[in-house]
Parts: sequence; C-alpha cells; structure tokens
Amino acid sequence: MADFQQTIAKLFPEATFEQADTLMVNIADAQWHSLAKQLKENPQLGFDYLITIVGMDWKESMGCVYYLQNKHNDVISVKVTTTDRENPMLHSVADLWAIAGIYEREVYDFFGIVFIGNPDMRRLFLSIDWKGFPLRKDYDENPDINPVPTDNERQSDFTYTYVETPDGKVEKKEVRVFEPEDFVVNIGPQHPATHGVLRFRTAVDGETIKKIDVYMGYIHRGVEKICEKDTYPQTLHFMDRLDYFSAHPYHHGLCMTIEEAAGIEVPRRAQVIRVIMDELSRIASHCLFMGTFCMDLGATTMLFYTLRVREQILDIMDRTCGARMTFNYECIGGVMQDIHADFVKDVHALLDVLPANIKEYNKVFTGNVIAKNRMEGVGVLTRENAINWSVTGPSGRASGWSCDVRKTHPYSIYSELEFDEVIHTEGDSMARFKVRLEEIEQSARIIAQLIDNIPDGDYCAKVPKVIKLPVGHWFRMVEGCRGVFGVYLESDGSTMPYRLKLVTPSLPAAAVVNHLTAGSKIADLITIGGSLDYIVPDMDR
Amino acid sequence: MYDFSLIPEAIHAFLLSFLPNWAAVTVECVLIGVVLLLLYSVLALFYILYERKICAYFQCRLGPNRVGPWGLLQSVADMFKILIKELISLKYTDKFLFALAPYLVILASMLTFAVMPWGNGLQILDFNIGIFFLLAVSSIGVLGILLAGWSSNNKFTLIGAMRSGAQMVSYELSIGLSVLTMVAFAGTMSVTEIVHAQENAWFIFSAHVPAVIAFVIYMIAGTAETNRGPFDLPEAESELTAGYHTEYSGIHFGFFYLAEYLNLFVVSGVAALLFFGGWMPLHIPGWESFNHIMDYIPSVVWFLGKAFVLSFIIIWFKWTFPRLRIDQILTLEWKYLLPINLVNLVLMVLIIVYELHL
Repeated sequence: MADFQQTIAKLFPEATFEQADTLMVNIADAQWHSLAKQLKENPQLGFDYLITIVGMDWKESMGCVYYLQNKHNDVISVKVTTTDRENPMLHSVADLWAIAGIYEREVYDFFGIVFIGNPDMRRLFLSIDWKGFPLRKDYDENPDINPVPTDNERQSDFTYTYVETPDGKVEKKEVRVFEPEDFVVNIGPQHPATHGVLRFRTAVDGETIKKIDVYMGYIHRGVEKICEKDTYPQTLHFMDRLDYFSAHPYHHGLCMTIEEAAGIEVPRRAQVIRVIMDELSRIASHCLFMGTFCMDLGATTMLFYTLRVREQILDIMDRTCGARMTFNYECIGGVMQDIHADFVKDVHALLDVLPANIKEYNKVFTGNVIAKNRMEGVGVLTRENAINWSVTGPSGRASGWSCDVRKTHPYSIYSELEFDEVIHTEGDSMARFKVRLEEIEQSARIIAQLIDNIPDGDYCAKVPKVIKLPVGHWFRMVEGCRGVFGVYLESDGSTMPYRLKLVTPSLPAAAVVNHLTAGSKIADLITIGGSLDYIVPDMDR
Repeated sequence: MYDFSLIPEAIHAFLLSFLPNWAAVTVECVLIGVVLLLLYSVLALFYILYERKICAYFQCRLGPNRVGPWGLLQSVADMFKILIKELISLKYTDKFLFALAPYLVILASMLTFAVMPWGNGLQILDFNIGIFFLLAVSSIGVLGILLAGWSSNNKFTLIGAMRSGAQMVSYELSIGLSVLTMVAFAGTMSVTEIVHAQENAWFIFSAHVPAVIAFVIYMIAGTAETNRGPFDLPEAESELTAGYHTEYSGIHFGFFYLAEYLNLFVVSGVAALLFFGGWMPLHIPGWESFNHIMDYIPSVVWFLGKAFVLSFIIIWFKWTFPRLRIDQILTLEWKYLLPINLVNLVLMVLIIVYELHL
C-alpha cells in the first residue's frame, strides 16, 4: 500500500491520502483522468479492474469514490469531488474501463453529476422525464413533482455526450442511439428469455445483430435510497430482494460490513452456518441457472432435472429459515435462529444425490452435439474484456480471470476451507456453463467439510438493541452466486446509513451484452444472455 | 385380411337403390368430409394428450391427470376452452390475409389425409400419383405460415415467418428426395401399389442400406418440416415469444396448434407408408403361420400403431434436444442432408439395377 502511495505521490504531488480500510487517494477533477490513466497503465500500479463507482453527496461537496483492484488483489480507492451543485461535472474514465460507462450513467441518474467524455450520458434506471436526482441529500420527495405516470413513458432515440472544447468549455451534443434506417426489435421487457423485466433494443440485419441498447430500470425500487431511511437491521431485509437466488451471500456481505464497523465478533457456530447457507444457495442458484439456460436453448426437459436438486435445497432452507425464498436468515451478529434438528441429515441426503445428478446433467446436455454447436465459440469474452467490463463471478472465471472473492479476499472462515477456484480459459458460453456445473461440486466439497463439524455455542452474538456505527466508511466484498457483491457503507454516526451503495454483479453482466453479441445471430443473444446469468432485480436495485 | 373397401361399396349400393348416381356420389362426398373432419379432430385431441403424457414422463412428471381417468378428457376440455375464446381483432393488420392464413395451414394437413393408407381398402383417393399429390398439398402449409407472419404486422412474427420460409423450403428438398428414393425402389407413385409391394417385406428391410439412410433423413427433414423441436425456430418461444402465430387467438391459434400435431401424424404416417409397409402387417418370408397370425390384427391398427410409434420418436427428439440456430439448420440441410440424399438416390438406383435388394 505504501508503495502505491509513493508512486502516486511522485506522479501527482497534489494528491492527498487517507488510510481507511483501503488507501484512499484524493485528487482534483482536473488531474483525475491522467491519474486514472496512470493507475491503469503504469506497470507498478496496474489497477485494471474497476470494482465500482460510488456516487456521494457530502452536502458541502459532491463526487465519486472509485474502487479499483489490481492483479495482486490490492484494492485502492480514489475520491474525486466537485463543489458545484448546480452543474456538477467530472471527467469520465469510460475510455479506460469499459464498465465505467454504465457506472457513470448510474451516478448521473442518482446525483446528476455529468461525466465529460462519456459517450452515452442518459439516465440509467429512472424514466427520462424524472425530475431531480433522488440520492442527493436535498432531493425533494414530494409526490406531486414526480407523479405516478398514467401514460406511456416517453421514449427517445437520442443520447447525449458532453465534450470539452480546447478553450475549456463543455459542449452538450446529441447523438443517435440507432441509425435512422435500422430495423430495431424490442426484445423485452416482457420476454421469456430476459429472465425478468429487461429490455434489449436490438438493431438487426436479418438474423444478425448490429447493436443492442440495454434498457433497464423496469423494477428499480431505489433500494439504496430506502436504506438511507432505515436502521441498520432494517436495511438487511432488502438484500433478499436483489439477487433473490443469492439471498444468503448478500445478507452475509451486509452483515459483515456492519459487524466490522460496529466491532461485533460473530460466534464460530454462526460463521459456519452462514458459510453452509452460502454454498447451499450457490448450488441452488447454479442448478436453476442450468435449467433455465437449457430451456432458453430449447431443451425444456433439463429444467426439471435441475429443479429436483433445487427443490431439495429449498426444502432444507424452508425447515431452517422458515421460507423458500427471501429468508431474512442472517442478522447482525450471527443468524436469526438455530438450524433445524434435521438440518445435518437433510444436507447429507443432498450431498449423496448430487454426484449422480451432475453425471446425468453431463450426459443429457453437456455432451449433446447440438448443445455444443449452440454454445462453443458463442459470445467469447476474453480475459482482458472480462476485467475491463468487470464481469465477475462464474462468467469472469470462464474467461480465465481469477476473481473469486473467497480466494482473493478470504472472508469469514473461507481461508480455512479446502476448495478449488474453477477457472476455464475459453470464455465462451460453454465455458460459462461448465464453470457453474463444476462450482456445484466445489460447493458440495465445502459443505462436506463443514456439515459434520458445526461447533456448539451461540448462533448469534449479543448485540445492542440499537445499533449505531461510528463515523467513517467501509467497503467489503463477498462472492455472491453471480459474482462480486460489494457493500459500501458510509456512516455519519447515527442509527441509519448515510449512504449504502450496493455493487451487484448483474449490472456489468447486462452491460457487456452489446459487446458480446455484435455480429452474432438473434438466437446467440439468448445463449449469451442466458450464460451470463443476470438477475434483473439485482441490476435494477 | 379384412378388406374395408367392402363397406363403402355396400354404402354405395345402398344409396344407389333409391338415389340417382350423381346424388349418391354427392352424399358420399359429404359423408367422407364429415368422417374426415371428425377423424382429424379426434386424432388431434389424441395427439395433444399423447405428447403431454410422453413429455411429462420424460420430465419426471405425471402430466394431465385431473380431468377424467388418467386425464383422458383434458384435451377435450382444452378444445372446448379454445372454441369459446374470443378472436381478438387487431389494428393495423391485413385483416383478410390474417384470417386466411390459419385455414391455409389446416387445409394443407387435411388434404394429405385423403391419400393416407388408413387400412386395407380404406383410402379416400387412390390414384396413380398419390405420393406426388401428398408432397404437393403439404407444401401449401408454408404459405399459410408466411402469410400469418407477414399479415400480423409484428417484427417477431415476421422474423418467425422468414425463418420458417427458409427452413421449410429447404427441408422440402430432403423430404422430396428421400421420398423419390423410395418411389424409385417401389416403381410406382400409387399409395396402394406401394403398400402392396411391401407384402413380403417392408421396404426398410428389402431395400436395406439406402432405405435406412433415406428413413433417417426423412425423419430429420420431417421433424423440420413440422416445425417441431429441435427445429422449432419459427416459433422459438425463448427467442421470438411465439413466432409467426404470436398475434393469433382463439380458434385461429387453435388451427395452427392442430395443424402442428396433425402434420406430426402426417409425417409419421408417410414414413410408415414408405418404409414400414403402411397398413401391411409384418410378414417374414417363410414363416407362414407367423404371417397368418399377423394378418389377424386389423390393418387400421397396423397403420395407426406404426404412425404412433414413429411420432413417439419425433416427440422424443423434441423433449431431448436443444434448439438449433438458423444458420446451423440451413447448413445441416444444404451441406449434409442434400448431398447425402443425392448419393443415396444413386445408390438406390444401383441396387435396383443390379437387383441387390432382398
């Protein structure tokens, strides 16, 4: 860390540094783009993975916190601020990290900060006629300003880009999203293959895709905004409703962040239960992925074979958590209630049937010649692009990028466990499918190590009734079922978060679709979209 | 074997006893029409239940089991439901073509019923170019699908229709060529004569290698022709919602649905005719008593049984394989099936010329 500080200080003497959980660099907006270029391209720094951009409103100033990671898994953050509240502007880094294009749109949507040089400066989630920027602290929530619309939402074929002229002025330019003569098909928002309300505006030339404009926000619920008005235990409940298949890992992530901030020690028993639940979720989620993915490809029968296993897991969860989805199981300090008396027996029964099932999946689907033709070489994501687009999780690992948080930043008890990070290098849809199939085996391996060794003791630590966090900010990552789930928590010392930013893996997965599908067939869009395995509530939040 | 042609002859004689010839023929035509329509709908109901049950067992489910014993009345209830559903009329569509399309599709599959060899003497039309007629009328279906996709004024249906046009026109070649191979072997295009030519051994046995190749190609092309999985691109529900019939409702949708199932029957019926002897029982030369016992099974049962077994194979495809992509489908046809088919035809001719068949 100190090395980075020295290197950066040498290049940018004006930069100031803070040491929180990561090194935080403060830099003026004028120098930000050249610092970003150095951060990415300087071999001593090499921060090629942009984890997230956290938009912030500190009342006296506004700005962004950029979290970056390099190939040695060092994380640093950069804080860029502006005091102009009327026309806040920062320089875009979309030319350096491809994913920044989407992340900056999100910040623009919520804070109204315009990014100079971003080629596509539209709102991301909210409708284009929304008034105000909801995550600003001076946002007016009066429902008369933004009434519930009764008409169709206005659509626009144009986007905007802000360009800096040589004399320092910023010009707003209008850009067409599609060419006037393009044949644009709306795939979604109500479409069987988008797995939720997501819309791909697809320009096609016959069966060949020319360009896709991803249109999201249909189920944007403003979770981050709601969380700012809830106490810490209340914020937990929204984690179930983002990626509903990885409810346990997401809960785990937010709990860990709050526990770390509050200095709460979690009992060992709770740690073990949490990890078992995470891995069970992972198996269930990957099973569902395989089923729905195969169904997208037209092999409906496979869905039922994978759902058999998933059902078994949901039954286990049902008995312990009291629900089949939206469990609300993890709580600050541990878990809500102890495991069910039959938990160990049920999990053993599951572990017994898994190998035979995986063998069957391979027999029915993976080896099938049509399946191979449909998946191999389709939607190839190279390692560089996976990092550039921040496509984490199984999809990133299918491109040969070692990005499993359980290995890169071991949390909870993962460092004591024996398991392999499944990595394939092909980067095509087949690799993404296979990574998930093999991760089921690894998750089963983790569960097998823990299930007979659940230690006795409390399942939840003694936690004060009212949880207040000290002033400060924390950033933690966990491995959700679909990739890196990050939590940025900023506290002003009250019982409610000042800002809670949730970094979800589905947003990059949806953002990369255009890059992957250009030039392929409509049927490939379904294959690629299915293999990226995004969950719409997870990207829309 | 019981000759079913005695029944129509008896009816004909009965009608002639009190009607002039033209009136008798008219009455018979109406009778045949009614019987055909009834047969058509009953078969469709049976096929819907048949497929639902089979796919349920493939998928570790039970399938329909609530309406009637073993869910037997489920498809009757479904039919009733689809009959009373509203026909939604759409703005900005070509009303005439939109309404015409389902009838074209259903007409194509219904006309083919005329030359099916239902049983010994049970055939509506028996003329010397029966097979040719069958190929000709079954090609009308693609016209209906193209019209449906075009007249709906919807991008999804249009893509579905275009896919379907490309696919069906391509696979018609394979079907035609494999049929031609078998016609060359039989030496006739008359359905009755083809069946009678298989009295001693079904073509799949007597013409051995080229017949098996032709059969495999016919089954692949036939599945593609009926737009069923793994070739169900025109209606690929995960890509195009419902393809060319997205905008249809009520019985108009029902017609497309029926036609799909009936085409399945037609394809398997023709396969039974060309390769498995139509209604001809299984005869093994030399096994006199065995052949005699086989003759006791009615010819209708033979034909329907063969058709259902072959349909089972096609249904099995659908519920096992993922869907192909449009370019892969066309590659399969033009680069593999067509050349193989042409070579196979030459092989068949050689076998006929040198009398290498059984």
